[in-house]
Amino acid sequence: MPADLLLELGCEEIPAKMLSRALAELPAMITARLAEARLPHGEIVALGTPRRLALVVRGLADRQPDLRERVVGPPVSAGFAPDGTPTKAAIGFAQKNGVDPASLERAPVEGKKGEYVVATRHVAGQDAAAVLVPLIEGLIPALPWPKSMRWAFGEATFVRPMHWIVCLLGGEVLPVRFAGLRAGRATRGHRFLAPDAIDLAGADAYAPALQRAFVIADPAARRDLVIAELRRVEAESGLRVRMDEGLLAEVTNLVEYPVAVMGTFDPAYLEVPEEVIVTAIRNHQRYFAMEERDGDHRGALAPRFVTIAGTIVRQPAVVAAGNERAVRPRLADAQFFFREDRKKALAEHGRALDDVVFLAKLGTVGAKVARVARLAEGVGAAVGLDRTLVRRAAELAKADLSTGVVGEFPELQGIMGGHYARLAGEPEAVWRAIPDHYRPRGASDAPPESDVGAALAIADRLDTIVGCFAIDQEPTGSADPLGLRRAAIGVLSILLERGPGGARFDDGGPWRHLRVDRLIDDARDVLEASGVAVKPEDVGEVREFFRGRLRGLLLDEGLQPQDVDAALGAGWSDVCDARIRARDLAVVPAEARAVFKRISNILDDAAMKGIAAAGGVRPELFAAPDNVEHRLLRAFHGIEQVLDAAVAAHDYRRVFGLLVELQPAVAAFFDKGGVMVMDPDPALRDNRLALLGKVIAPFAKVADFRALAAAGGAS
Amino acid sequence: MYLQDLIFRLQSFWAEHGCVVEQPVDVEVGAGTFHPATFLRVLGPEPWNAAFAQFCRRPKDGRYGDNPNRLGAYYQFQVGLKPAPVNVQELYLASLRTIGLDPGAHDIRFVEDDWESPTLGAWGLGWEVWADGMEVTQFTYFQQAGGIDLMPVTAELTYGVERIAMYLQDVDSIFDIRWDKHTTYRQLRHPWEVEYSRYHFEELHAPFYFQLFDTYEAECKRLLGVGLTLPAYEMCMKSSHAFNSLDARGAISVTERQRYIGRVRGLARACAEAYVRSRAALGFPLLAADDGAAAKAAFDGALEAGVNAAALAAARAVAPAAGEAGEVSRAG
Repeated sequence: MPADLLLELGCEEIPAKMLSRALAELPAMITARLAEARLPHGEIVALGTPRRLALVVRGLADRQPDLRERVVGPPVSAGFAPDGTPTKAAIGFAQKNGVDPASLERAPVEGKKGEYVVATRHVAGQDAAAVLVPLIEGLIPALPWPKSMRWAFGEATFVRPMHWIVCLLGGEVLPVRFAGLRAGRATRGHRFLAPDAIDLAGADAYAPALQRAFVIADPAARRDLVIAELRRVEAESGLRVRMDEGLLAEVTNLVEYPVAVMGTFDPAYLEVPEEVIVTAIRNHQRYFAMEERDGDHRGALAPRFVTIAGTIVRQPAVVAAGNERAVRPRLADAQFFFREDRKKALAEHGRALDDVVFLAKLGTVGAKVARVARLAEGVGAAVGLDRTLVRRAAELAKADLSTGVVGEFPELQGIMGGHYARLAGEPEAVWRAIPDHYRPRGASDAPPESDVGAALAIADRLDTIVGCFAIDQEPTGSADPLGLRRAAIGVLSILLERGPGGARFDDGGPWRHLRVDRLIDDARDVLEASGVAVKPEDVGEVREFFRGRLRGLLLDEGLQPQDVDAALGAGWSDVCDARIRARDLAVVPAEARAVFKRISNILDDAAMKGIAAAGGVRPELFAAPDNVEHRLLRAFHGIEQVLDAAVAAHDYRRVFGLLVELQPAVAAFFDKGGVMVMDPDPALRDNRLALLGKVIAPFAKVADFRALAAAGGAS
Repeated sequence: MYLQDLIFRLQSFWAEHGCVVEQPVDVEVGAGTFHPATFLRVLGPEPWNAAFAQFCRRPKDGRYGDNPNRLGAYYQFQVGLKPAPVNVQELYLASLRTIGLDPGAHDIRFVEDDWESPTLGAWGLGWEVWADGMEVTQFTYFQQAGGIDLMPVTAELTYGVERIAMYLQDVDSIFDIRWDKHTTYRQLRHPWEVEYSRYHFEELHAPFYFQLFDTYEAECKRLLGVGLTLPAYEMCMKSSHAFNSLDARGAISVTERQRYIGRVRGLARACAEAYVRSRAALGFPLLAADDGAAAKAAFDGALEAGVNAAALAAARAVAPAAGEAGEVSRAG
């Protein structure tokens, strides 16, 4: 009868992030092992707290099914004597597989010639218990901890010392061993609130028994309880918690039994920008920040915080007071750094960057700032921005890197620079650009809001990318320590957002003139002027690098790979134009793709053979009056003017519509009743090549038909 | 509770639990881990349980006595338990109760914090222990020291006594801590903070310290060459302090910094290896005689593969049989 399996590994406090990862990977690990062991089962649930990692497998079969297995032996010629009796070799083969030699059969074997001796072997399924013990003993050391340790005299390694193992199949203990421990049925409750051993009858008893012992074993339930606790504090305080998913995930895995406790800090610290306070209390203390829920200051940071304690204490006020004391030096430090930073002008902080190395061969951060300023001026000029503003923003963009607050909280780079610039009375376009130019900070972040920020963001990243390729620091395989892929994606997403077809196109008209190849060239020129040699092959590699990232972005938009490749094949440096062509290609049906791909292939083959279709099309060489050649040329002439105009106007929907219109004439040209392009007569052949070349030329400006799938497949 | 009572209570607690109460090392160190009672004793197969308060110098953290939370020197109360007992967390929590941090009244948590000392070639896994959001102890299972894999594993508990005292005495500045009934931390320590901040940041003569560093380094190597491991390690500690002083003075650039750390680490590694060899030569005297002989035989037999392999072999020769640990843990 199927039974439920419970495995619990009891240990000292597992780091929160490592616990999350183990919980995520455990189900797939056990599923794969059970499949390999031929043990059917139902639902698998991973459970865990800082002090335990657990697994429940529902409806696990009580034994493996019996197995009938065909085993291939020697060829029939070697296995049976001419009179049909098994040879010595065949008898040995039968014995090895535990079958009667009389039961051996002859059968063909796939991929081999002739017939072979085949035995059908019966393997009796084993009891689940017998299979599971070694399976689990193999699973425990295979758990994916980023760092493991040994303890006492032990050889075994695990994330932290292990103290107990519970392993029950149905109601029976499976005698799993690890690190000198032997599994039993006794778990433990909360370290302080219910420390005694608790005997478990089976998997069903697990979560309820632990809940009674102040342990919420299910991470999802514990997360819900953290949220409920936060809501309780909100209701009691009339304030709102600043929800933070990363922090929520972390604190959920820092406790077995969450209890929210609210604390207060001196409102005088609110002179410091909110981001500093929120970062200080989150990073160092794992506190949630709170904000005003009602009134004029709705949304403003409140001088309160919430900590998620891991136990029920006699007097929560004691815990609150302790946490208030713990956070005070953090906030005092933040305030101290903020005040110290403000004693100097932001530009003055920036001067310290002349002594900070950016990358050994690319000079100091100060030198980088100078290059970015030059490059950004060029970008700004191309999109019509005020040169003084761009220059000022570029000069200040990195200055906060040498401030005290950013030294303490590196993740506030840009944000602090923005505050300091605003407080010093810099123009809004300048102070907004400073935090903005780091955007997008990751895949889920939006590109810069402001124009100056966008220009800076592009210049900053291009300098880094081209510079790194020039000094051979380009990404290899999965290694991209300098984040160049993300940087390139950042540039492209800014261009894609601000150009035609992008979300911000309305207010970004002039941005359409930026082309990636020219930006790369400009970055090269600025680098070379500052003494960094950029080889032509570096530039080529950077172009390919950007093209690869663009392809990825367009695929992420849901476009078809062949549409993207065809569009990029006809030019990609104007990235918005390439995107529109890729999008509009979707309207071309499979038949049309097929005939135009055929034209491309024929012209390619001819070119490879050194046959060039020189000169214009000469209708007098067509094979017959009003034949497919005449009809194709006529059809083409019929649309030629409209087509050229549509290409010039970037009206690709129209271009591809005309392609579809032309498709029947092209198809007829190639059909059975059509003509043979590669005619033995060179004059006829060259004339037909010229015709095809003429027909495809305007379309080849917008798509490379060779990239289209042979069988069509438009979607 | 006065600061000195806090130390008294921790000493008594750990003495009752089998620790030798050692005294601080009389050489400048940046952390209790540098004390030979920790750094050297964690090496090799011999058991060792010790507790001591250590004056720790962090020249760079000096603030002229102006900052209520940061000092250029402070005290650590350190406990080393080798091998780490199965119930070491429970023992530690019991020690907190004796100084008034009862888990029934406070939110005590073990929060991941892995420890690494690049100068000592040492690392371990463990936690910072929080009491109501405040870090009160660094709790580490040593995995490696001086580049040598550690077996048995030592648990190192480092109590931040000032932090705990501030909490228990309800004061907001380290300088307001009452040392005893009559004396404050300010009275005892403030002049030192003022003068040493000025010294380290303004007056320290860098060429002199560079020369000191080179001299200590050369002397360490020379002493190792003549088989004087303990004096050699003293030179290693002194070179580390010379480096910390130069670093505080701003005399060492970012790129040079790594080189200096590497030089100290080189000394620490050499001392660690020499120490294990010297203990083996003595027959690992802190083990029972039979075990010491077995460990020494195993060490000598494996020495061809290096000191690291030999130290592991020595430990395995005296390790309790597999399964025993399980019995202990069930009992505990």
